[in-house]
Amino acid sequence: MILSEQKPFEEILGYLEGEKSVFILGCNGCAQSSGSGGPVQVEEMKKKLEEAGKKITGTKVIDFLCEKALVKSGLRGKVDEVAAADSILVMTCGIGVQAVAASVNKICHPACNTVNLGGSRGEWKGSERCQECGQCLLDYTGGICPITACTKSLVSGACGGASNGKCEISPDRDCGWELIYNRLKAKNQLDKLKIFIDPLDHSKLMARPEMMSTSRYALEQSDQEGR
Amino acid sequence: MSLQSKLESGKFAITCEVGPLKGTDITEVEENAELLKDKVDAANVTDQQSSVMRLGSLVTSSIILKKGLEPIYQVVCRDRNRIALQSDLLSAWVMGIRNVLSITGDLPQLGDHPAAKAVYDLDSVTLLQTIKTLNDGHDLAGNELQGKPAFFPGAVVKVESDTEASMELQVAKLERKIAAGARFIQTQAVYDAGIFGKFMKRVEKFKVPILAGIIPLRSPAAARFMNKNVSGVRVPDELIEKMENVPKEDRVQTGIEIAADIIKQVKPLCQGVHIMAIGQEKRVPDIIQAAGL
Repeated sequence: MILSEQKPFEEILGYLEGEKSVFILGCNGCAQSSGSGGPVQVEEMKKKLEEAGKKITGTKVIDFLCEKALVKSGLRGKVDEVAAADSILVMTCGIGVQAVAASVNKICHPACNTVNLGGSRGEWKGSERCQECGQCLLDYTGGICPITACTKSLVSGACGGASNGKCEISPDRDCGWELIYNRLKAKNQLDKLKIFIDPLDHSKLMARPEMMSTSRYALEQSDQEGR
Repeated sequence: MSLQSKLESGKFAITCEVGPLKGTDITEVEENAELLKDKVDAANVTDQQSSVMRLGSLVTSSIILKKGLEPIYQVVCRDRNRIALQSDLLSAWVMGIRNVLSITGDLPQLGDHPAAKAVYDLDSVTLLQTIKTLNDGHDLAGNELQGKPAFFPGAVVKVESDTEASMELQVAKLERKIAAGARFIQTQAVYDAGIFGKFMKRVEKFKVPILAGIIPLRSPAAARFMNKNVSGVRVPDELIEKMENVPKEDRVQTGIEIAADIIKQVKPLCQGVHIMAIGQEKRVPDIIQAAGL
């Protein structure tokens, strides 16, 4: 289970600037139970975007966008609608956005921020994909997460350490920023490399206050409240 | 003349490197400062280089400044968060330090404390932005400073990369660094003036002074080591052969001659050289003399 929340609508509209048509993808898994990307939210998003002047070529809610095979099979009947869109708006966690961006040769915009769950991780195993940073950057990086794909979690681009496309830490590990570069190039989005990204807000990477409460904390609270 | 006035008036500048050692003995740092102070415009003081713990770059910058050698205070983002970085920058200004070089920093796993927590709260670009913010009289949270610095910030770049992606990312990041306030650039070691010339053509539009990095070769083995392990450094085979073909006792001298030769070739292409002698600081004056600077 992963928790996500919708990004502010203005931020999403900013991602869609210069684009006329969008295909909306939702997720029947965690995003549905988070109330950020299930069938209800996809319908709401469709209406809001149409009001904002965007053409919605189609929508689809798939069970578990974090699984690439399910993304591909789920979109099988929607090929024309996806092809007709300038981009896909993916209403789910950071893992799902990355799975769609890796599976479909279309620009994929994140509609949600994945927030800290206090430990557990989502599906699409193999490597870490999402640190639940609460400030999803996937729109700037071609749908590959710089926080997990770059060993240093750099937001401003590659460091000088890579050799032959591999990270200085191990010849086994790809340079995350070279993956991002190649993805941006494939999707004709290299201009994204010029966008300045503010330092991360690390307070959003922490578990939410209510999740930091321990039983001891609860006991102290009840004590103070005279219960 | 300060490094800033020299570069801003379009003159050719020479910088070198002073590496703090592990421990409290500052004899060598002071000797090197004494030796280099009238030979170079400024000296970089490395900050926990290669993730190996040493005496700090802030205090070492202050030591060489007192000895009469202008420091370029190197700051890496690996070991401190934005609170400590901003505080250290303010301290540096109060101590009389004017030049700051912003670096992301190697991973701790490559150094002598591999279990250390890597910070990277900021990176080389956002640290430059931070310096600009401090220069404007505010901290990163937007609070007003009581007394503000006027740092001369710099950054680094690799001129050579082994993949297209890496090269394009370097140029894109250089552009970001300059947009974030970098006013001088030092490069990774250059051994091929042809490749350096091509790089300079690509980045001349940025109109920021660039100092070519020079590392004098010590031995063929050291050259091969760099080719294998240092990203962005490629010593051509003919230079390695040249080192191999001289008797062992002459190799240091040959290394100096090769360095001087590269300096002569890159001089018309850029606005300065940055000589990284790595433990051979005492030979820097010989290199400068051999290059006719």
